[in-house]
Parts: sequence; structure tokens; C-alpha cells
Amino acid sequence: MSPAGQDVWVHIEHLRGKVAGHTYELLGKGREIADALGGQLIAVLVGNEVQPLAETLAADGVLYVEDAGLAEYTPGSHAAVIRALVEKEAPRVVLFGATSMGMDLAAVLAAVLERPLIVNCVNLQVRDGRTVATSQMCGGKLLCEAEASGPVVVTVMPGSFPSEAGLAKSPPPVEVVPMPAPLEAVGMRAIRILEPEPGDVDITKSAVLVAVGRGIQRQDNIPLAEELAGALGGTVCASRPVVDQGWLPMSRQVGKSGMIVKPKLYLALGISGAPEHAEGMKDSDLIIAVNSDAKAPIFDIADYGIVIDMYDLLPALTQALRGRRA
Amino acid sequence: MRIAVLLNMVPDLVEELEIDSTGKALDTQWMRYVISESDDHALEQALLLKDRHGASVSVLAMDYGDADQVLYAALARGADEAVNLTGIPETGLGKRAAAATFKEALGGIRPDLILAGVQAIDDLDAHVAGMLGGMMALPYVGVTRSVEPSGEGKVLVQKEYPGGAAAEIEVTLPAVVGVLSAPQPPRYVPVARIREVMKTRTLDKREAVAVAVPAEPAVIRLFKPEPAEHAQMLDGSPEELAGQIIKILEDRGLAP
Repeated sequence: MSPAGQDVWVHIEHLRGKVAGHTYELLGKGREIADALGGQLIAVLVGNEVQPLAETLAADGVLYVEDAGLAEYTPGSHAAVIRALVEKEAPRVVLFGATSMGMDLAAVLAAVLERPLIVNCVNLQVRDGRTVATSQMCGGKLLCEAEASGPVVVTVMPGSFPSEAGLAKSPPPVEVVPMPAPLEAVGMRAIRILEPEPGDVDITKSAVLVAVGRGIQRQDNIPLAEELAGALGGTVCASRPVVDQGWLPMSRQVGKSGMIVKPKLYLALGISGAPEHAEGMKDSDLIIAVNSDAKAPIFDIADYGIVIDMYDLLPALTQALRGRRA
Repeated sequence: MRIAVLLNMVPDLVEELEIDSTGKALDTQWMRYVISESDDHALEQALLLKDRHGASVSVLAMDYGDADQVLYAALARGADEAVNLTGIPETGLGKRAAAATFKEALGGIRPDLILAGVQAIDDLDAHVAGMLGGMMALPYVGVTRSVEPSGEGKVLVQKEYPGGAAAEIEVTLPAVVGVLSAPQPPRYVPVARIREVMKTRTLDKREAVAVAVPAEPAVIRLFKPEPAEHAQMLDGSPEELAGQIIKILEDRGLAP
């Protein structure tokens, strides 16, 4: 590792024996940042019997910590290990995904190490020796450009950078590091992984999705979307607020903690387009967005947009589709 | 079990957000604050634990925006105590400073379990709960969808993963949990009930202790995103729009 403290570290997120896809995005961008800072790009891999995962990582080196106590992820155990490594090697930038795991680890590490924390980053560069990050705020309605002159912890929104540059052409050197921190005191243990309950339908297999968001307003209005989906030969899905209200089951949720979908048609009704939702649907073949707010971020990722109260459009569209079939 | 819930006030995204003359911060003059959505779920999670298993629930918020209203609503929903931390700048605090301020305020409560939303939407370092866990050297799990007691001095949390999966993690108390969502939507209380509570209950006003925090990232500029691509906008009557949509679907071979 570089003694100059200019290294860039990337947390290698993995689950069920697979490296999470966004990790390669972090490695690709991390390479640019490490080169600009004059440091090395180091992948930090923590787990049990997962060393083969290192072969795919495009980095100058991999720090690998293995222990039976790390077999299943817990924030406490993994944060303790990474903290000990960071305290010893003092990298300049530590990158995590803005994910379920990355959010845990980055926040705790930034606090205990007293490093600045920048979250939900969508762009990252080095300017005059400073790390400059651009982050999404307020559900994607604002961007904030901020700089850190010294060490910093950053979480990066998945999908922000290309992943190709993060895939190794040849295996990187791996340094197996003895357990740097005791795990007895972390105060938590993983019990089991809960697989998603089988839903009534698998929305990832539907070619046509009618998605409803907060704009649907009431559970009583869901049938309107179902009628439209029926007329289109598709399925109704939803953004998080609708599922949180209990109006549709979790198996219908699209987004960061829901399903990733790529249908031929994604008709978004009353969905603002917050980054967490966009992450799950932005690669759909055709996106048509309907929203009463002309400034909704969904219009920035949609192919076609309509500013209208959805309740004016829904009956007309359903009727027109039915009439066409008749 | 003694539970503390931390509530953050954030901009209401229904309103137009304006950037102030420095170009580095939101213009808060006319801005409407609402309770952070995941904090609202954290409160619901606490109240569910109280309903099902018995617990005392203390709710803390900082005194800006409509914090009073939110705290009275928390009492109306079932919280036992509402603490308003005064002496806060009108524009609120950065999230690291907020976490440090909450940490000091929690000293007098000594909760077994601290619940807060996993992130707030209005700051660069958004993760109050996670940073608080680090600052207090307590076990921390974030992005949770349920919390249940699990034997003496422990809770079992479900932590969400992508694709609808979750991990079950047993956490020893005292601990901090960053809630993404509660097992049920935040409960509704009628305005009349909140008004009644405002007449019969009082908020515990406490001066917040000024806490020094390490230098935060320096904001260069705050700006609204310029879309690299923008949707082609359609216009017309509902019937005309329906026709245009069907034409698009026909052109792509997607019309049923």
C-alpha cells in the first residue's frame, strides 16, 4: 500500500458468493481518482472463503480478511475490520456503494474515524488535489458539489459510472491480512437470510409494467391502474411509498430495495422519479411518465412525458385501449 | 424497554425548492419543513414495539421548522415524552452536528434502543443514525424493515437487501437502528386529537448543547440538475393523449 496516504480504497460488496455489480463501477471510478491523487487503488474484501472473488477485481491490490465470524455480513463485524485497516493504512478516499451495506459501514466509519462523509455521490473527481464529489439530494431534485481536502468517506449511487473498467483482465495481487479486530464485542450476529416471499406475479418477467407512485393517493385508486394494466396486457407495480402504505405487496416494489426491472414498456403514473426508484427501472426499453408536476425528475429519464392529473388520463387511455381491442 | 426516537425535519418536496444567494444552501425563508419520511417510520416502529411488548417512547426533535407540531403529533400517536431541543439555528444543523447534538441529549434518557430514519434527504452526510451509532460506540444496523424483541437485552432486526431479500440480525442492546420502513404505515391521528394533546400535554424544552464536530465537506455549489436528456413531452386533451400513447405503442409493436 502506498505510504503517502493517497490510496483509494473500494469496499467489495458481496452477497451469496457474488460480487455486487456496482462494485465494479466503484473500481472503475476509483482507478481515475487514485491515478489523479498519485496513489494506489486497493480493493477491500472481507468475508469467509471468498478469496476467489478477488480474481475479477481491477485493482492494484486486494486486502483480504477472512474469518468464520465474517461469513455472513453484519455491520458491526465488517465495520470493525475495515476500521482497523483504515486506521493502520490511512487511505485518502474510501468508497462504498450507496446500498444497504455501504450505507451502514460508511456512516459508522466516518463517525469513528472523524472523517467527512459524503453520501449518494453521482460524480467524483480530483481538482487541485482535492476530492470533489457531486451528490444527489432531496430525492434527485438537487445536486450538491462539495470538496474534501483530506481523507474522506464516500458512498456512490449504483449506476453512476460504467462498470467495464472495474473488471480485471488478470487477477490482482492479494494480501491476506490476519484478523485485525476482535469480533466478540460487536454486539450482533447474523441469524439468516430471508428470501423474498413469492408474490402473486414476478414483475421482473412482465414485458409491460404500469407503475404507480405516491400520486395514486389512495388504495381505492389502485384498481384504476389495474384496469389500465389489464387493457395493456401488463402488470401493476409500485414505488416504495405505495408498498409502505400496504396498498401493494412488496413483491411489486421497484427500486433500490425492490426489484430491478427492464420491461419493454414502463408506464409511470404519479411517480416523482427519486433516485431510489430510478435505480430499479431506468433501463426499461420505453418509459412513459405521467405526472402533474412538470418538474418531476422522472421526466429526465422518461422517453415520453405527460403533465396531467393521472385521473383525467387513466379512464381515457383504458377506454381507448379497450375500444381498440373491440 | 426504553426507546428514544430521533426526528429530523427536512424540506417538503411538494414545494418548489429555492437556492439562496450564496448558491451553496437552500433558501429556507419560505421553505416548509416536514418530518423526514424514514424518521416517521422509526417513530411508528417504536410505537409498534410499545403496543405489542410494552416500552416507553421518548421522541426528540430539534427546534426548527414545525418541530413543535411534529412532537405533539408524536404524543398524540402514543409517545410518552416529547423533547424539543432548543437553541438550534433556524436552518437546522448538518447531520453530523445533529447526530452529536442528539448524542448529548440522549445522555439524560439512557435508552436501551435508539431508533431514527436511516437517512435524511437534505444533506451531504444524511446518515444521522449511523453516525450516532459510531459516535456512541453502540451496535448499529441500518436499512431495517422490522425490529422485534429477542430475549433479554436483545432485538431481532430485519435488514433489507435488494430484490426483496432481507437479513435477520440479532443485536445486543443498547443499540442504534436506522429504520427504512416500519412493518406498517405510520398511524394516522386526527387533527382534533393533536389539538387536544396540545392543550393537555407539554413539550419538554431543553437547550441543546453546542457540540464541536470535525470539519464537514465544503460545499462548492448547490444546483438543480440539468437533464442530459429530457422526455419528449406530449400535450392535448386526455383523449388526444391516449391516442398519442397508443400510436407510440403501435410504432414499437407494443400495442395490445
